[in-house]
Formats: sequence, C-alpha cells, structure tokens
Amino acid sequence: MSDQSESTGGLTFDKSKRNWPNELNVFGALILIVIIFEILGAIFMGQSLLFDTNDRFESIFNEARLRIIIIQVAIIGILALGVTQVIITAGIDLSSGSVVGATAMIAMSFVQVAEVNGGPNPKAIFGPAFLDLPVLVPVIVGISVGLIAGCINGLLVAYSRIPPFIATLGMMLFARGVAQWWSLGNPVSFPTESYAKIGAGMMPVIIFLSLAVLFHLIMNYTVYGKHTYAIGSNEAAARMSGINVPRHLMLVYMIAGGLAGLAAVILTSKNLTAQSGMGLSYELEAIAMAVIGGVSLFGGRGSIIGTVIGALIIGVITSGFTFLRLGAFYQEMVLGCIIVGAVALDQYQQKRAAMRA
Amino acid sequence: MSDIILETKGLTKHYGGVHALQDADFVLKKGEHVAIMGDNGAGKSTFVRQITGVEQRTRGTVIFDGDEVNFAGPLDAREAGIETVFQTLALADDLNVPDNLFLGREKTKLNWLGPFRLLDYKSMREDTMAGLVKTGVKIPNIKNTIANMSGGQRQCVAIARTATFASKLTIMDEPTAALGVQETAQVENIIRTLKEQGESLILVSHNMRQVFDLVDRIIVFRRGRMVANLRKEDTDGQDVVAYITGAKTGAEYEGAA
Ligand SMILES: Nc1ncnc2c1ncn2[C@@H]1O[C@H](COP(=O)(O)OP(=O)(O)OP(=O)(O)O)[C@@H](O)[C@H]1O
Ligand SMILES: [Mg+2]
Repeated sequence: MSDQSESTGGLTFDKSKRNWPNELNVFGALILIVIIFEILGAIFMGQSLLFDTNDRFESIFNEARLRIIIIQVAIIGILALGVTQVIITAGIDLSSGSVVGATAMIAMSFVQVAEVNGGPNPKAIFGPAFLDLPVLVPVIVGISVGLIAGCINGLLVAYSRIPPFIATLGMMLFARGVAQWWSLGNPVSFPTESYAKIGAGMMPVIIFLSLAVLFHLIMNYTVYGKHTYAIGSNEAAARMSGINVPRHLMLVYMIAGGLAGLAAVILTSKNLTAQSGMGLSYELEAIAMAVIGGVSLFGGRGSIIGTVIGALIIGVITSGFTFLRLGAFYQEMVLGCIIVGAVALDQYQQKRAAMRA
Repeated sequence: MSDIILETKGLTKHYGGVHALQDADFVLKKGEHVAIMGDNGAGKSTFVRQITGVEQRTRGTVIFDGDEVNFAGPLDAREAGIETVFQTLALADDLNVPDNLFLGREKTKLNWLGPFRLLDYKSMREDTMAGLVKTGVKIPNIKNTIANMSGGQRQCVAIARTATFASKLTIMDEPTAALGVQETAQVENIIRTLKEQGESLILVSHNMRQVFDLVDRIIVFRRGRMVANLRKEDTDGQDVVAYITGAKTGAEYEGAA
C-alpha cells in the first residue's frame, strides 16, 4: 500500500518509524528467557533445554520437552483466551479457576459409566438413567455451566455496575463452594471411553491453538473485537458512539465463562476424574499469561497472540526450572517478578503516551 | 411540513440538587445556524446531552423534524439524523482513525454472523480518506491510534466524523477549543460548507469573533437558564457579553434568571 492512501494534508509519514508491535517485544522476551536457560543449562547441566543434544529426535529440537511445555500451559491457556478479552474491556475475571472446579464436578457427573470391573459404578452421582450417556452431553453441560457463570458475572458487571474485581471474586468463592457441595467433597470418576479421548495426548494443545486462532481472527476482524477494544479504551466514548456497552460486556464475560467450562471438560477428560479442588489458582495463572503477554490491565490494549506467547513464557520458565532441578518456589518467585515487571512496563508506556498527548 | 428542525419545550436536567438546565424553550429552523454561548458551567453541554440522548432529561419535550422524540441513546439520535461533536471528544484512544470514525456503525460483511460479523476495513478506510480530504483534515497516518495524535488532530478526527455522515442537524460543542489558527479556519470552513448545503447547526462556542462570523442567531445560557435569544443583526459583542455576565437579561426571560 502506498503512503498516499494513509495520510492526508500532505503530512509525511516515515513508515520505518512505525510503532513496533508489542507482540514482538513479548516474543523477544520469550527468546531471551530461552537463551538464559540454554546458557544456565550448558553451564550447570551440560545439556540444552530445547535442543536435541543427544540425537534422540529427528529434528534439532528436544521434541519431548517442547511437547511438555505446551501441554502444561494449554488448558490454562484456554482460560487465558477468555481472560484476555475481559481484561481488554478493562475488566478482570477472578472466577475462571473456580468455575473450572465447579464445571469439572458437574460435567463429569454426566459422563460416568454404568459398570466398573463388572460391578455397578461405585462413584455414580446420578441414577442409571444418567450413566453411559453420549459424549456430547457432558460437553454441552460443561460449556453451559461455564456460560451461566459467565452470564452471572456479566449481569453483575454490566447492569449492576459492581466492579469486575468484586463481582468475579464473589463468583470465585461461590463456584468453589458449588464444587465442594456437589458430591460433598468426593471425587467424581470413571468416565466413558469416548469422553477420555477429548483430553488425551496432544488434544488439549490442538484445541487451545485452534481457539487461539479463532479468537485472534474474531478480535481483529469482527465488530465484536472492535467494540471490545473500544470499551476498554474509553467506555464513555463507546457509549456515545452508540455501542450497547452492557450487552457487549455480557457477551465478553459469557465467552470467558464458556471457555472455562470447556477447559474443565478437557481437564477432567485428561485426568479421568473430577475433584473439587480442580482449577485452584488457575485464574491467577491465566491473568499472568495475559499480563506477561502485554495485555494492559487499563484495558484497550493487548492481543490473543500476546497471550499465547505469554503462556509459552510461563511454560518455558516452569520447564526450565525443572530442567535445572531447582525447586518450584524459585519458579514462583521469578514468575512474580516477571508479572510485576510486565505491569510496570505497561504503566511506563501508558505514562509516556499520556505525556505525548 | 414545518420548517422547524428542532424544538425543545421546558427542557430540564437536574443532577441531584444541581439544576444544570432549567426550562429551556429552544427553536431551530431548517438550515439555520445557531450559537450557544455562556460562561463555564452555564449548562451548554448539558443542553446538548439532553438533545442527543446521551442522558435522560428530568423533564420537558424534544421535537425533532416534526416528531416528539425520546432517544434511548446516542445511536438513536444519530440514526434520526443528529451528528454531534461532544466536548469530551468521544474517541477511543487505542483505535485508529477509521475505527473511530465508524465506531458504532461499522461497515460490515457477512451480517448473519451477528456480533461476529466481519469488518469491511477497506471500504471504511476509503471513506475515511474521502471524508478527511473533504474536510481538509491533516493526519500523517490514519492507521495510527488516536493516542499518538496531537490534541488538535484528535479534535479534527471528531469533526471529520460528523462531516462524513449526512445528517439533518449537526451539533458541535466547542469544536475549536484546542485548535491552532489554521485548523480553526479549517473547521470554520467546514461549518460554512454545512451552511451552503442547507444543514442546520448548533455551535457551542466561547469565541465571539467566530460566532459573529458563522451563525445567524445567538442563544445565551446563564446558570442553567436561557437568558437571551438574539439575531446577529440586532446585537454586538458587548451586548452578548452583558447577557453572559448577567448585566442584562432578555425581555422575554425576565424573572426567569
Ligand atoms: N454528570 C454531572 N453530574 C453532576 N453535575 C453535573 C454533571 N454534568 C454537569 N454538571 C453540572 O452542571 C452544570 C452545567 O454543566 P455543563 O457541562 O453543561 O456546562 P457548560 O456550559 O458546558 O460549561 P463549559 O463552558 O465549561 O463547557 C455545572 O454546574 C456542572 O458542574
Ligand atoms: Mg461544556
């Protein structure tokens, strides 16, 4: 495209000075972190983190570790896709982890087999009519439970004008309570074979990446995406431009809830059991992925791509510390610093932008 | 068909105990350009917000283009044919120029997708360029976000937004407050073009020269009330200042303020 089509009034614009996309910074951070681990690995372990130094794989990469890195962030990554959209509206969703817990218990109850080792299923929650159901039932139930939770969040935030932090904190406690009440703390186990396939092997990764692509397209090329950014950028302007802000916020929180429901389905399918403590502190990790990925807590800025890279950064750090045989506590300390650093950087950029105006 | 485009009767807005606007009776003829003047806090912007559906009035009637209207929101007013440049610019800082111009009324494809219908970026960009060229607004790169623009450029974008869409009534709340000499002249040219095209205009302004250059009639607000309704030919700067400061009150408004 020529400059002609983007500038008016004879003002010149130097394309080489175009704003550096934020995702590239985040990607740079990912590369930097990998390099640090490679150096530490070479010094202390005599091994590479990501590369195949022992000639075990066909490619130059240590495929096994790459797979672990992405699998361990895929399920929380799905939550992060929804949380990203909520944060872009200048909101927050603290409930996603607990919604995973509640949904896990409820969805799993609709997928139990009738017989275990020749006898009746000892963990059955419902009567025989609800056993050996087709796999679609628990999937729909799971996503629906998530949607309902998101719908309540949305109603509270959009129509009651309760601050998102408080509304979703309430949902976080409530949903965890539901998870514990559902089977009075007992795990729900023995799903059908077809259900177990949903989260088997690389399926969580495939689902995560497909959804990431889908939401990347939605955020960039649809009215929904544009309005999400507009609301986070300047809610009053969005309202004055005629956007139905409450209705849109409802939709955003429902999508986040639905994604949490789906994540719960995948998680229970992968683990073949549901426990009331599932998803504990997932909401914080999902928020961390988004924030590290450059999503601004002030709203209006950030992207799905950024969040996916943010998820990979967390995955690399987690694997890297295991690789270096360092305790998990170091990892949490470092993650804490990175999150604060990412927000500090955002603050700084925000301030600089305000000074220019 | 009457020749009145906008009429308000007893238009009133209270914010809690603040009587920001009190019993405003206002008439605007088709094609007429009217200025609203008054000190800070006189209720000018409040008046604009009641007409454009941004806020719900406390009481009173608004008649637009022959029909009594109750706009539920600004989009209603826009769809009825009222384009507004609000004093607080109503731009989304993190979006670029075309996104802002078309915010809330995007050009789209595949509309059956509902909220997920696709944006027609190309068409919106072309219309934006045409609109900016038509209004003579200078923007180095329309793909830049508003956050990266000068105060004057932001103002220009907001004005270009109203000028890009055909309307029956244009309202500008202090459109030149942040502008340089050239940009101010540019906006005044846009307003003259609107006059030639026979479009009605309400201009809120503190700039006496501008008002006398551009409009047919001057309304003065003081402490939430209309205190004067002056034909340009019958008044001068000193006279208007007397009304603004309260040294004088229009005969028909005696006892009101
Ligand atoms: N949302 C609000 N809540 C409470 N009071 C308000 C609100 N908006 C305006 N007011 C009050 O109403 C009065 C009129 O305000 P308005 O903004 O209409 O003034 P104005 O004539 O546009 O002034 P300016 O020239 O400074 O723009 C002021 O006293 C103001 O403080
Ligand atoms: Mg004002």
